[in-house]
This record gives sequence, structure tokens and C-alpha cells, in this order.
Amino acid sequence: MALLLQYTIIYASVLLLVALGGCFSERSGIINLGLEGIMVAGALGGALVMKFLPHLPSAGMVICVVLGSVVFGMIFSLLLAVAAINFNADQTLIGTAMNMLATAAATVFVKAMNMAEDPNNVASTIQYIEQKKAFTIVKIGGFEVNWFMVITIVLLIVANVVLYRTRLGLRLMACGEHPQAADSVGINVYKMRYIGVLISGFLGGLGGIVYITAGVSEWKFENGVAGFGFLALAVMIFGQWKPNLIALAAVLFGLFRALSNVYSGFDFLASLNIPATFYKMLPYIISLLVLALSSRKSRAPKAEGIPYDKGQR
Amino acid sequence: MNTKKEKKSILSNGAVQTLLASLFCIILGLFVGYIVLLIINPAGAGRAITSILKNFLYFPRPEVALEYFGSTLAKSAPLLMCTLSVLFAYKVGLFNIGASGQYAVGAGFALYFAIHFNAPWWLCLLLAMFGGAVLGAAAGALKAYLNVNEVIACIMLNWISLYAVNTVLTEVKESSTTYTLPLRTNNPKALIPHLGLQHLFAENRYVTIAIPLAVVFAILVWILLEKTKLGYELKATGLSVNAAKYAGMKEKKNIILTMAISGALAGLGAGFLYLSGIEQWSCAQTAVPNMGFNGIAAAFLGGIHPIGAIFSSFFIQHITSGGAYVDKMVYCAQISDLIAAIIIYFCGFVLFFKHCMNRRIQKAEEKRAKAAQQAASAAQKGGE
Repeated sequence: MALLLQYTIIYASVLLLVALGGCFSERSGIINLGLEGIMVAGALGGALVMKFLPHLPSAGMVICVVLGSVVFGMIFSLLLAVAAINFNADQTLIGTAMNMLATAAATVFVKAMNMAEDPNNVASTIQYIEQKKAFTIVKIGGFEVNWFMVITIVLLIVANVVLYRTRLGLRLMACGEHPQAADSVGINVYKMRYIGVLISGFLGGLGGIVYITAGVSEWKFENGVAGFGFLALAVMIFGQWKPNLIALAAVLFGLFRALSNVYSGFDFLASLNIPATFYKMLPYIISLLVLALSSRKSRAPKAEGIPYDKGQR
Repeated sequence: MNTKKEKKSILSNGAVQTLLASLFCIILGLFVGYIVLLIINPAGAGRAITSILKNFLYFPRPEVALEYFGSTLAKSAPLLMCTLSVLFAYKVGLFNIGASGQYAVGAGFALYFAIHFNAPWWLCLLLAMFGGAVLGAAAGALKAYLNVNEVIACIMLNWISLYAVNTVLTEVKESSTTYTLPLRTNNPKALIPHLGLQHLFAENRYVTIAIPLAVVFAILVWILLEKTKLGYELKATGLSVNAAKYAGMKEKKNIILTMAISGALAGLGAGFLYLSGIEQWSCAQTAVPNMGFNGIAAAFLGGIHPIGAIFSSFFIQHITSGGAYVDKMVYCAQISDLIAAIIIYFCGFVLFFKHCMNRRIQKAEEKRAKAAQQAASAAQKGGE
């Protein structure tokens, strides 16, 4: 039970972070379908820090890993920002390209790195068994409180404050609703959209490192993050682009994702004899159902996905 | 005067612009890919790019090269179907990122009926189409009736269908490996016939009528989109749902129909690959088949045109197959995926390229018009 709770919270943290990233980007008017790729980039950044600085003290480890993943995520998100904001590119296409690009680039890079160390090692895997221990704060029974959970809660509060209580957040939302009107009162739409996308890079990258350190102590980069970025987008839509609702949705989705990890530990679930693949499908099925029920009346930011054209009214 | 007119028509011609933009994307993609490889490992970056571009020409003996050319073509046919699937949906304003899932379901239907029920090849192909169409229609119905974003719905369906197909095909897999039973020994009837085509490619037994069929489908898609009433209605729905509704078209039916056709094309692609016997499905796959995503690359590289798709699909498959010949001591085969991804990224800039081209042409024309006007007025003055 403790394990289920722990996995639920950790997966909910991942989904919450990434969905908040998507929320900031879409609120500024840019659809970010590249979240999956941003997660991979962030995961790679964090994993590289753990690989090359294995002997840091635990506080330093947490800070450096977070920094590594955040920086990678933000740099990668610039690919979207430049294409969508400056060159009016199709945001769906660019997002798709970013997802493919991140997985392919991470695979090529990690494989080359592993082969340079040991010619027989052709796997795209990075290990971090010892380094990972730095993230645990305290263990209560079977439940592990982890730094990432704390960071996630802090960031949820910060996101709420920034989005609804600061000039920046209100301006950002204006650019996603009616950029021409925002421009007419002196808001720099391009700058706001850059900020929105970069925040999504920050949160998406962080979500990536939390995801690959949840439950496992090595990651095979060939697999990417298995659609988690898109699950986060489903969470965001279900949460109606509002941080607190997103948090609730993330817990729900996190529960179903956690079930696929630990269902065999529950006697009554194991006795149902449902094949393991069903539990693997479960988060995707649930998200499809939830989207089917909630999309009808969903209220997306009005100007999302439309390149900003100054001349339009 | 005559030459001037021709000049204008060449550069402002849409097809020529698309071709130029696509070539520009490829060159830029290869160049950036080269730089990335240089950063990762400077030794052998140039060689890696050339072996990707050479692909089957890697073999010095012409017969062997011809045989591998046949294999590349055999794999280009399924990719072309996925490309057509993506481009058909895109023409109707839908982004079918679910081609991979529809492809997986097509493979599931084709192989299960081929091995379990000993069905003949044409029935398997039809069933593969049917499977893909059902999955596509499901995504379309979610979009039409419940306003679910088709991209996210398709991604979810991709993963669900991958796991489902893995489970179903486990029943017909070899007992010692994770691969499905080979068709050649279990049900040769299910293999797509050659009709003598293999003689053209040094007896490569994977060269089947799937290759010409795929080209025929490309032409059919072009006719459907450009020359029929249905195609016109579908495109109109893509441009504006409300306008289509106002004009009396059944916009919900059109969206579902589009996704069903799109899914059928992707499912048929899977049939073309697995029923040629060139590959067996691995029931332990943990990633959605790449073919559908490469289809997105090829669709945009081909300028969202069915005829362009024929060439772009071949090119993308050419460099993907070329990845196998990269020096394994330095890089892995995935660098071709990397380059394909970079090319798609640049395809996002195609509109911008075209815009720049058009603006330059316009400016040049304005200048010419101005010069002509000045000359005319000067002549007038001279006349006075």
C-alpha cells in the first residue's frame, strides 16, 4: 500500500510538473506538443550530471541534477520557441519533430558515449544507482519522501501565484487569449510567448528527470518516455488549464500509472488474473475516456496554436 | 519579353517552389546532422553521412547493390502508404500522428489471420486495411462528436493498440523467440505474389507487387483529393468546419470518413511490409513502430502532395536503410532517425521559405515595373 502511495505521488509529480509546463506554454498561445521531447532532453541533462559528478554531497547532487535537467529542457524548448514565434511554423509539426529529435539525439549521444568508454557496450543506458540515493529525504515505513515531491509542491504554489497574482502571469494569459489586444496596450507578445515556452521547458525538463528516477535506477534512452508527455497534455486538458485542477487530475492519472507498477502486490488485483499488458494500457485508456468526457465543454486559450500576426484584428 | 515570362513562371510555380524548399530542407538537415555528429565524435562523421546517403551503393558489386535496392524499395512501399495516410488527413486539416497505431493494428490483423487462419494474401491485406480503418475512425469519431484533440487521442490509441497487438500476436509467435512465425514456412499463400518482379532485382524475393500497388494508391489518393466531389467536400471541411456545415455537407461524417481512409492506408502499409516476409513482428516491442512517424517526415518533405510523397518516401527509407551501414564502432544506426527528425524540423520552415521566395519575386517584379514605367515616361518626355 505504501508502495502504491509512493508511486502515485511520484508519477503525479511528474504529470503535474509537465502539465504545468504545458499550461504556461498554451496560456501564452503556443501549443507545446514537444513536451515529450523536452522531458527526454531534461532526463538526459540530469542523468549526465549524475554520471559525470557521482561523488557530490547529497545537497549538491540534488541542486546540480535539477539544474542540469532544467537547463537542458529550456535549451531544447528554444527549438519550439524560435520556430513557432519567429518563423510562424506549424506548431503541431514542430512538436512532433522535437519528440523524434530528442529520442534519436539522446540515443545516438548516449550510445556514442558508452561506446567510447567501452567498445562492447552498445546499450543506450545510463546507470545511477548510488547517485539516486541523494534524492531521498526520509523513509517512513515503506514510504520514501523524496526531494522532488517537495519541489513539485513548491512549484505548484509558485505557479498559482505567478499565473494569477503577478503582472507577468496576467500578461502571459492575455497573449494566449487575444494577442492583438495585448499588443495594443503595450505588451510585447513575442517576449511573453518566449517566456511561456521557456517555462514549459523548465518544468518539462524537471519532469523528465523525476520520471526516470521514479522506481528505476537506470534508463534506456532508446525508449524515450513512453508517451508520458502526451499523458501530461491530457492531464492539462482535463485540468482545464488551471494549476489546481491540473494537480487533482495529475493525482488521478498518477494512481492508474502506479497501478501498472505494483498491481501484483495486491491480492485481489492479482487474483483477477488480468494480463499485465492491460495494466500497461490502463493509463492511456483512462486518459482517452477522461478526454472523451471532458473535451466537449473544454475552454482552451482562444489564440493557442495561431501564429501572432500584428496586422490582424 | 518571352524569356522574361518564362523566368517568372518557373520561380513562382508552386511545384518548383516546393521542390526547392524540400531540397533545401534535406541539405540543411544533412548539414546540421553532420555538425551534431562532429560534436559527438569528430572521427568518422563525414563517412557516416556518406554511408547513410549511399545505402545500397555501399556494395561494390552491381548485382548485390541491385538486390539491396530491391529491399529498400520493398520497405519504401509501406512507408509510402503511411505517408499517404498522414498527408490525406493533413489535407483535410487533421494531423494523423496515429498512423503508427493504425499500422500496428494492420500488422496485427494481417499476421493473425495469415498464421492462425491460413488466410490468403489478398484477404489479409483487406483485413489489415479494415483494422487500420476502424482505429482511424475511432479517433475521428472522438474528434467529431466529443471534440477530443485528434493528436492526443491518436497517441493514446497508438500505445493501446501496440500493447493489444503484442498480446494478440503472442499467440502466433515462435516458441523460442519473440517474433511471429515466418510466413514462408507456415503459410506461403499469405505472401504477396511477385509476378516476376523479383527478376528485375537480382532475384530478391521481397520484391512483390506491393511496390507498384503503393504507387497506384498514391495516384488514387491524388485523384480522390483533386478530381472527385468527395475529395472536394473533405478538403472544404478541413478548411472550415462551419462553412462546410453551412454549405450542407455532413461535417461530422466527413471527419470520421477522413480518419477511416487515412487509417486504412496506414493499415495496408503494414500488410505490405509483413506480408512480403521481409520482417517478422516482435511481440516484445516496447516502442510504437517508427514507420508512422517517418510517414510524417516524408509527407511534409514531399510538400503534402501524393506524387511528391512517392519520392520523399523513397528518400526517407533510403537514409533509414542506410543507417545500417554506418561504422558500428563509432555511431549507431539511429543517426538516420536523427537526420530524419532534423529534416522534419526544418520542414516546419517551408512556409517561411516560400514566403521569402515569393517576396523576392514580388520585389524584383515591382522593380522591373518601376523601371519600365520610368523608361516609358522618359520616352514620353523625349517624344514631347
